[in-house]
Amino acid sequence: MENTITTFRQLYYTCKETNKKIYEAALDYEASKGENTEYKVRLQAKKSLDAMKSAIKTGLCSTESSPSGLSGNDCDKLQKRFKDYGAILGSTAQKIMTYTLATSEQNLRMGTIVACPTAGSCGIVPAVLIAYAEDYNITENDQINALITAGEIGRIVSVKMALAGAVGGCQAECGVASAMASAALTQMRGGNIKQIINASALVLKNVLGLTCDPVCGLVEIPCVKRNSFLAIHAVTASELAMANIISKIPADEIVDAMEQTGKLMSPLLKESSQGGLAKTKTAIALEKNILG
Amino acid sequence: MRQTSIIDIISPVMAGPSSSHTAGAVRLGLLARNVYNTKPDKVTFKLYNSYALTGKGHGTDKGLLAGILGFSVADERIKNVFGTPEANNINYEFEFLEDFNRHPNAVDFIFEGGLKMSVSGTSIGAGEIVLTKINGFSVNLDGKYNTLLLVYDDMPGVISNVTGIIQEDNVNIASLHCDRSAKGKTASMCICVDGELSKNCLQEISDLKDMYIVRYIKKLED
Ligand code: SF4
Repeated sequence: MENTITTFRQLYYTCKETNKKIYEAALDYEASKGENTEYKVRLQAKKSLDAMKSAIKTGLCSTESSPSGLSGNDCDKLQKRFKDYGAILGSTAQKIMTYTLATSEQNLRMGTIVACPTAGSCGIVPAVLIAYAEDYNITENDQINALITAGEIGRIVSVKMALAGAVGGCQAECGVASAMASAALTQMRGGNIKQIINASALVLKNVLGLTCDPVCGLVEIPCVKRNSFLAIHAVTASELAMANIISKIPADEIVDAMEQTGKLMSPLLKESSQGGLAKTKTAIALEKNILG
Repeated sequence: MRQTSIIDIISPVMAGPSSSHTAGAVRLGLLARNVYNTKPDKVTFKLYNSYALTGKGHGTDKGLLAGILGFSVADERIKNVFGTPEANNINYEFEFLEDFNRHPNAVDFIFEGGLKMSVSGTSIGAGEIVLTKINGFSVNLDGKYNTLLLVYDDMPGVISNVTGIIQEDNVNIASLHCDRSAKGKTASMCICVDGELSKNCLQEISDLKDMYIVRYIKKLED
């Protein structure tokens, strides 16, 4: 295939013209660039999926606190609560919230996780993908297809904007992870190309301006809990998209807006921990306690 | 325009907590280690801006050192690298600096030993990195290709000589990047190749006149 795919529009038309799913078009495109054969991409997807599952498994049973002592037992608390009182959003959403915390807490223990797209946002894609796959009996092959779909969404955003809190704020990390998760979910639910791209667009439109101001400079507050919020955000977007609710602003223009917003954002709010939450009275006190 | 691959987005499998500040740091260390190519007596790490400000909390210092020691991004030892026998085996020092002309996540490695060398790099997000300077020469190394780095006396014909030798080796050149300090003085060349250069080919290039540094820098494992 000769055409480049660097925008959602190109992705959409490539899929339409060749009558392919997003993951198929994405695999073709990767292969056409040279090094990444379909086999290689699928192999990495499988490796990542396995590592995601094992991070969830380990995280669900651990209450080890992070080196800072600031967190580490929220997943346990949530599991205890859900044992007695189910989530009002239903059992899959319950699982999603629990799995997100499991992975994110593993991350801050310096445990093994998958950066998807980044480590700070590592809980979102696995939780949505794996919880849904378990509850709706999605085959491993379809889970891999969903993960590749998610990867393609992240890749297209990354063409215009580096996926790093220090460059674009948290919209570029947890925001993009949520868009990816939403695409994976919509793919597994049998959504069409338009619905998948719309789901991602709806996510991104609703994370614009999300800053990165981690307390004490640690990927911990607000990151861990934010993963749970943005995982559910992904589900909301998928529901709207499956109902054929269209983002009036096209996905590519939202990415442009996001890139511009990232540029306009003060460096104090981009992973430097010099503003926002990181400079609240309590955060400053914690900083004295923890970093000395 | 940036070109990333799906693989970059859905990996690496790594030790937390930060892809740019932990995994990126490990990868910068690994690639700088490949550039220096022998065991240094001492390494000074200069961390800038966000790397300096939030580096400690993200384990950036641990990651950089772990990379220099050859640990992979998923290595469970990163968490306690300062206590490992490998770390006790070299001297190292950290400096935390501010320079807003530099990238938010920038680092300099100063190697001392048989050869003194400075290597600068940045972590550009999602674990992706790039080395930008070696001994003051601008380079562009992302660890995705095997790369030949040459520092030599700037003279007409060097580039074609070198590329000729590589062609004879039947290896395809993916990209070529040159820089020089001033006309007729020292120059540098970075040649990224698909595949592997043979020992013979490297020897032939080393034997060319007025080559100061010839380094074959292996790409980073995925
Ligand atoms: S707040 Fe910053 S460090 Fe935390 S997840 Fe978001 S981008 Fe990453």
